Amino acid sequence: MTARVGVITFPGTLDDRDTQRAVGLAGAEAVPLWHRDKDLKQVDAVVLPGGFSYGDYLRAGAISRFSPVMETVIEQAKAGLPVLGICNGFQVLTETHLLPGAMLRNNHLHFICRDQRLRVENANTAWTTEFSAGQEISVPLKNIDGRYTADERTLDELEAEGRVVFRYLDGNPNGSLRDIAGITNAAGNVVGLMPHPEHAVEPLIGTGRTDGLGFFTSILKKLVGA
Amino acid sequence: MARVVVDVMLKPEILDPQGQAVQRALPRLGFDGIAIAEVRQGKRFELEVDGPVDDAALTRIQELADTFLANTVIEDFTVKVEPS
Repeated sequence: MTARVGVITFPGTLDDRDTQRAVGLAGAEAVPLWHRDKDLKQVDAVVLPGGFSYGDYLRAGAISRFSPVMETVIEQAKAGLPVLGICNGFQVLTETHLLPGAMLRNNHLHFICRDQRLRVENANTAWTTEFSAGQEISVPLKNIDGRYTADERTLDELEAEGRVVFRYLDGNPNGSLRDIAGITNAAGNVVGLMPHPEHAVEPLIGTGRTDGLGFFTSILKKLVGA
Repeated sequence: MARVVVDVMLKPEILDPQGQAVQRALPRLGFDGIAIAEVRQGKRFELEVDGPVDDAALTRIQELADTFLANTVIEDFTVKVEPS
């Protein structure tokens, strides 16, 4: 038996296929989920992939938040279902308030696409146990609305509780406060980050590194104890 | 028909690089006669409402602005009924 990891497709999602492939390479079964379907098909975890759901109209993630599938995701995430939001998925998670803060236009106003070094700050979440705290990884980053923002009190709370999961290294790419690239909720089951681990899972592609695979092997290990 | 206008602005403490870019472009475009110290960019929504805009309707529109049109983590909003 293996774990079933759902990958949601919204209209405008781009990285659902890469994410499904990454889930499969990690040894889990990828289950495609459709935004209009409330049914999560009894998956053990859910990934919200990157892209431009609903064209990023209004604000990135603002309309996806009200899609039927998200009703169930929000309900089950609060009950402990592991959820990973990548890029646009992270934006959706902040819009739903499953994660605190909000994403804004990059401070330099440009779309950015590059390999990005990150430091893993928290290796205890459902999605990061295969890393070690302080480990440095490199995965692609590609977005225009990547500036993480929250008020000072929220930022202090995130830091104090160890809920900053990833921080940017080699310069802040977008003006994110405190170099935050990814965060988790208090329970550690919901994680969101701007960079794209699903694009760094095969040595033949991109950086030649497979640093992104750890996200998917982490969740598999958590779910089946493999 | 009545028109209800919802204006959404980034909170004052939030950096607005788009507004800054507009402000910086002003002298280059020849608009340098007046001292415009700052520009902030927002969004305006015009809701055309069939029927009366009574307190009940305004409460619903307030709710709609609060949960959907604005993200109150980063934005403030105002709701105004336009005279017809």
